[in-house]
Amino acid sequence: MEIKVLKSILNANDQVAEQNRQELTRRKILTINLMSSPGAGKTTLILKTIEALKGKARIGVIEGDVSSDIDSQKIGQVGAPTVQINTGGGCHLDASMVNEALKNLPLDDIDILFIENVGNLICPGGFDLGEHLKVLISSTPEGDDKPYKYPGLFTEANVLVVSKTDLLPYVNFDMPGFLRAVSGINQKVRVFSVSANKEGSFKEWADWLSGELSCRSI
Amino acid sequence: MHEMAITQSMLDLVLEEAAKAGAGKVLTVNVVIGEMTGVVDDCLRTYFDLLSPGTPAEGAVLSVQNVPRQARCRDCAHVFHPSGIDWRCPQCRSFKLEIIAGNELHVESMEVE
Repeated sequence: MEIKVLKSILNANDQVAEQNRQELTRRKILTINLMSSPGAGKTTLILKTIEALKGKARIGVIEGDVSSDIDSQKIGQVGAPTVQINTGGGCHLDASMVNEALKNLPLDDIDILFIENVGNLICPGGFDLGEHLKVLISSTPEGDDKPYKYPGLFTEANVLVVSKTDLLPYVNFDMPGFLRAVSGINQKVRVFSVSANKEGSFKEWADWLSGELSCRSI
Repeated sequence: MHEMAITQSMLDLVLEEAAKAGAGKVLTVNVVIGEMTGVVDDCLRTYFDLLSPGTPAEGAVLSVQNVPRQARCRDCAHVFHPSGIDWRCPQCRSFKLEIIAGNELHVESMEVE
């Protein structure tokens, strides 16, 4: 006997993700799924955002890594509530891991929640976590060919942060070509350029995020 | 690891649907995988053979329909298969495109008894 199924393989994950999103929306917590390859600057972006929005928005962080709590310690040091998820080899976070982590965060005291995904440009793309925004970081030393090599994440991102722009004179990275490719495959994406070594470099991003928090009807 | 998590989800879905239909055995699972998902069907098969023993899906044939990535040019509407590291429209050389196929990842149907 043949049964018609016509259901997404990630149906179970998507359902939990939707529960997460409803809960986070109800609590008015703007939630970001932060993705990049390892070492592109996810934790730095979070730390710089916490600094830039001090007094304007309370930030909480879910840290996903294969192992260690190095990142959550860094976040904890600046006084932000954080939960570490160790995937024990898993290459991405999924919605049920986030659901568990949410139980261990003081949600009443958080305006913006960063979910720092496992550093990887492939697997995190398929797994909805219940976020409101997908933010992708691409660092200049990785090269300008990434949008076509990893199109899944580049077509889905709401925001692209190009990091380590201070290295542009030393690396082979065609910024106009890169941006043309990105906007060609993703019309909705907003792009910010940052460098952790330049004073005030994260201001434009932080101001935009702060604006999203106040004007989004989440 | 990616494929393992996906295979486990697929198996859970297959077993749930089989139970709903009152089936005791799953013979074939028809899966659709788009190129954009990056899911490798050989890996899916390997994990399916590892994860399904002892369940009604043990020994089931995984039949995979691969859907190639397809883009439509936003300037001239030409439909093409972008590949390599140059995804410009082969007709008008525009960079602006819309992905219209290749994101599929679902179980289409199953043969059960």
